[in-house]
Amino acid sequence: MSAAAASPTSFASRRKRLAEVSSRHRSWSIVVGIAIVGTVLPILAAIPPFTLATPTNAWMDGFTNAGVFVLLAIGLNLVVGVAGLLDLGYAAFFAIGAYTYSYVASPFGNSILGIKFVEVVSPDIAGLVFWPMLLVGALVAALFGILLGAPTLRLRGDYLAIVTLGFGEIVPIVFLNADAVTNGTNGVGGLARPALPIIGSFSALNPWPYYVSMLVVVAVVMMLAYRLVESRLGRAWEAIREDELAAAASGINTVTAKLLAFALGASTAGIAGVFNASKLVTVSPDQFTFIVSFTVLAMVVLGGMGNFWGVAVGAFVIYTINNVLLKVLNQFFDQVSFPILKDIDFIQLQFLLYGLALVAMMLWRPEGLFPNSRRQRELHTAMTEPGEDELVTAEATSEEGQR
Amino acid sequence: MTAPTTVATDVVLKLTNVHSYYGAIHALRGIDIEVPRGEIVTLIGANGAGKTTTLRTISGLLHPREGSVEFNGQDISRVPAHELVVKGIGHAPEGRRIFSRLTIYENLLMGGFTRSKDENTEQVERVYELFPRLRERHAQKGGTLSGGEQQMLAIGRALMTRPDVLLLDEPSLGLAPILVQQIFGIIREINASGMTILLVEQNALQALSVANRGYVLQTGEVVLSGSSRDLRENEMVRKAYLGED
Repeated sequence: MSAAAASPTSFASRRKRLAEVSSRHRSWSIVVGIAIVGTVLPILAAIPPFTLATPTNAWMDGFTNAGVFVLLAIGLNLVVGVAGLLDLGYAAFFAIGAYTYSYVASPFGNSILGIKFVEVVSPDIAGLVFWPMLLVGALVAALFGILLGAPTLRLRGDYLAIVTLGFGEIVPIVFLNADAVTNGTNGVGGLARPALPIIGSFSALNPWPYYVSMLVVVAVVMMLAYRLVESRLGRAWEAIREDELAAAASGINTVTAKLLAFALGASTAGIAGVFNASKLVTVSPDQFTFIVSFTVLAMVVLGGMGNFWGVAVGAFVIYTINNVLLKVLNQFFDQVSFPILKDIDFIQLQFLLYGLALVAMMLWRPEGLFPNSRRQRELHTAMTEPGEDELVTAEATSEEGQR
Repeated sequence: MTAPTTVATDVVLKLTNVHSYYGAIHALRGIDIEVPRGEIVTLIGANGAGKTTTLRTISGLLHPREGSVEFNGQDISRVPAHELVVKGIGHAPEGRRIFSRLTIYENLLMGGFTRSKDENTEQVERVYELFPRLRERHAQKGGTLSGGEQQMLAIGRALMTRPDVLLLDEPSLGLAPILVQQIFGIIREINASGMTILLVEQNALQALSVANRGYVLQTGEVVLSGSSRDLRENEMVRKAYLGED
């Protein structure tokens, strides 16, 4: 009996020690973690069965696109998971970041700004502007985050969600209808691809520079996000999420803290927007519909609200399922001529599958696939505090029910 | 506190003709209240009389539309809540409002949000001395505590900033009689150490037994005020709030 009891304990203690080490050296553990994931993915993409589904380069390209959603999920997690502000219009800031880049990096955008830049310099030079633009995109998006936040953050819960939903609709519609400055429904094309001094301009044929850049951006954003959450401001967000009135009574400036959550979340979407625009080399209003906001929110919820690694993995997995796995399923059942299944178009079923996955998660694992430790403790404490667990689960269940 | 007698008579909180609203609802209709330093002052009255609204107006969670709130001689009626915490107003709000997913220790640290780490380490120790029960359970989550323990935590959290005045909103709410006794014992103890307390209670008998003076509120107005002894002997109070005929 003692042997049986010992093994889970030692496993738990080893896990705990790992968690301690990683929280003490947070930044390093992020770098190491991203490096490991960044190395394993290309290896997987180069071996069967993965190569059978789609060629290595296409995998790499897909991973980079998934990285855009990882960034979005990290940013939205700051707003929804950490500060507890439900934002249903997050794609608006993604759009603002993308359009910001288009003004500097495309002939059309340049003509609006009244400058000549992309047309006169070589792509190898023009692409250098991508790097500072990551920061500019973040700043512009943050500014709009404050503009939206300032009048609306008095609202709570459902009301805030509705206002952000409205904002998320308004922004793409403005980009769609303000023809003169946004080129309307056609969007802005011919954006400069990023460039680096030695390798020159990135190309659509070689996914590697994009891939590596994305890894670096994700690592940096993740480090900053963890720094923030562990700071004083992070504690303020936590208090606001738990109980706004008690937070105010504890001396927390709830207005400023909520504005900062909005602004910093928006800035992450801005970075993702710049990156995505530079990769697609075109921006148009239809890239930023409600589906994007919803998808990112689903990634945050399924990944595990509050835990940045969790939502990052959630984003990656959902994106890959959406954009690769469903296609592969179609091909597979076609090839083997499987009855019934071969006639189903899984891509069309995407949202049905989403819905089912969300319902299943809420029923069996409401804290997400990779919950943050606090939520985990709250929802599954049967092992540690036998006296209290009934109380805890009862409370947690009723709380979940109210959401 | 080792305050000399001259200080003991000065006024920490002074509300003059305060009118507060919740949207269109006129909740406070010209309230005048004084809280002298070192005393326990209680507001008693039925549900909806405006007791909680008065506390919220003082702590800046609500701003009066008319009238003034003075704290240590300074008008604070427009100062936001988080600044008042720094100035020295501690508020244990109605319904305790514990951060239920944080541990006791984390709850206390949140109460000391505006203070330095060193100050908090010191003050947590003082709160634990006042409430040994909280020390025993320091790693337990707020949501798993009993009502009495949650109330202790709410008071402890409000004490983290070492305020000049402590606002307590219905500390006896929903507690077993024995715990009510205990909480009021603690209130007396905190007051004995020099803390000025403004206490809102529905349990008028208990409140008047610890307070130096009291105000009786009815539909947003002060209808009666005086020393606790006078109020306890007042015909109207005995009938309406003490349940005697």
